[in-house]
Amino acid sequence: MAELFVYGIILGSIISLGAIGITLLYGILRFGNFAHGDYMTLGGYIAYLMVSVALPRTGLGGSRLGPLSFGFDMLIAILVAILGMAAIAILADWLVYKRLRERGSALILMAMASLGVAIIVQSIVYLGWGSAPKFYSTAIQRAWLLPLGIKLKADQVFTFTVAILLVAGVHLFLKRTRMGKAMRATADNMQLARVTGIDTERVIAWTWAIGAGLAAVAGVLMGIEAQLMPVMGWTFLIPLFAATILGGIGNPYGAFLGAMIVGICQQMSTAWLSPAYKPAIAFIMMIIVLLVRPRGLLGRSA
Amino acid sequence: MDLGGILSYVTSFAIVAVVYGVFCLGLNVQWGFTGLFNIGVAGFFAIGAYTTALLTSPPAGMFSDYVLGLNLPFVVGLICAGGVSGVIALLIAIPTLRLREDYLAIATLGIAESIRLVFNNERWLANGSRGMIGIPQPLHNLVAPQNYKYIYLCIAVALLILIYVAIQRAIRSPWGRVLRAIRENEATTAAAGKNVSAFKTQAFVFGAVIIGIGGALYAHYTRSITPETFTPLFGTFLVWVMLTLGGSGSNRGAILGAFVVWGVWTGSSFLSDQLPKAWATQAFYIRYLVIGLLLVAILLLRPQGIMGEERRLSRLSAIREDATGPPEAEPPEGPVGSDTS
Repeated sequence: MAELFVYGIILGSIISLGAIGITLLYGILRFGNFAHGDYMTLGGYIAYLMVSVALPRTGLGGSRLGPLSFGFDMLIAILVAILGMAAIAILADWLVYKRLRERGSALILMAMASLGVAIIVQSIVYLGWGSAPKFYSTAIQRAWLLPLGIKLKADQVFTFTVAILLVAGVHLFLKRTRMGKAMRATADNMQLARVTGIDTERVIAWTWAIGAGLAAVAGVLMGIEAQLMPVMGWTFLIPLFAATILGGIGNPYGAFLGAMIVGICQQMSTAWLSPAYKPAIAFIMMIIVLLVRPRGLLGRSA
Repeated sequence: MDLGGILSYVTSFAIVAVVYGVFCLGLNVQWGFTGLFNIGVAGFFAIGAYTTALLTSPPAGMFSDYVLGLNLPFVVGLICAGGVSGVIALLIAIPTLRLREDYLAIATLGIAESIRLVFNNERWLANGSRGMIGIPQPLHNLVAPQNYKYIYLCIAVALLILIYVAIQRAIRSPWGRVLRAIRENEATTAAAGKNVSAFKTQAFVFGAVIIGIGGALYAHYTRSITPETFTPLFGTFLVWVMLTLGGSGSNRGAILGAFVVWGVWTGSSFLSDQLPKAWATQAFYIRYLVIGLLLVAILLLRPQGIMGEERRLSRLSAIREDATGPPEAEPPEGPVGSDTS
């Protein structure tokens, strides 16, 4: 059980990277981004492209960083995935959502547009890499044996560390930087923010960049944990939204907390249920939250 | 291909298009008329298909494993498929419909995925990942097996017409006008004394019943279903493109969209099957891409779809229109949603 709890925290840290993006986007744009899971997937595959094709050609591939299953090249690949997904998300906003915004479309139409974007991104992944699962590394990794019978791999420690550093980075960004403050102001009241001279379109672009960048890292970490699959992000939407809603939609701290709770519950459930049911566990948790406390743990009352 | 072959091909095509037409009509009640965002159509499709399969099949034999198997008639299977689908819809409507629109959407996705997981992993329930085979067909003794599809097309078309008429009647009734009022502006409708969440729940359940019946219709046609039948692409995304292309809010548009999109889909697969195998797979994914591009393009360029929404909804307003000339054009958006703040 202790082991499942630790694995739950690791899963939770992956979920939190996706859920923080969804919640930040919701705070600014007021719609659920149903393409977010697929942004994760594409981010994971961009890193795969780097590690498997692009970087080995430059002579950077192959090495391994200490006990990890991958090398220095993976860190470059993650950086490229972040920048790539940030650019793709801003482009998608410019091509699709911005036009709907300028037309004053209903928010639900934006959610629907994100469904279209999700399908497009999924098909691009299929076109580029096919439907078979992909692995960053086939190297076998020995696990450390910790007290309480917990087996832990170096990769899992890496996942947790990266996620925590990024979450802390988002926290500092929101609290300390001008753009972060502008973002919070825009989330509070977009019209008021605009009146005080905040360029809300720039805020929106930054929000997409941060959300998609975090999603890209989440996708890479999922690939490191298990494997890359074209549909992994679409299915992962369920724990992502469960975490977002559990924490209180629009609140990034809530999203982190919600992600940890969802991740831990999902992993603990495998003690009794088939691991295949993990998405269903997240779904049931979401329904319970909606019934008992629809505004979430840290959400403001509606 | 000889004439008989073409006729047979067209009939098979038409049956599946009619089934998709039923899905589109169901989704139209939810999205087109009421503005409810359901991205788990595949889930209700699966519930309908499995319900009728389990009720109408003979008891499980040596090589398969499933519950029920009651040998019930087709019509009972159809009704129960709609009923069970409606009950599931009611269960997820209760916690989500009084909240934000996105919550319903994500709950429908959750139910669709969960249902697929349950049928995939619980072998005792419906033969697990191998699925149900040999689902019985109504009136199959009437003609030779190779001619059966003509009979089934008649059954499917009759059902489509029945559902079409039922929705048209419902939507032109005072009940239907409340749904459209909710879609246009939830707050004013509530202020006018209507119980908004009750109406939304009814519309969502009504739509789910129709999708469930469509699922049953599909199961009895293909005779075999597995959890992989109900993928997001075939179960949900295609239906969305059909409805938005045909015209959300228009029942004729919904059926037209089903035929057009299914026509393009099967037509292009007919072409891509001539290609070498590696290319054929890529061609499949290109069609996948086109589905997504179409959905976004329709939203941006022609949100009302081909048909657009019918304006006249009541006999009485028709009389007034004749007296005062054509009414002002409606806003071009599909469902113009309510304010969520």
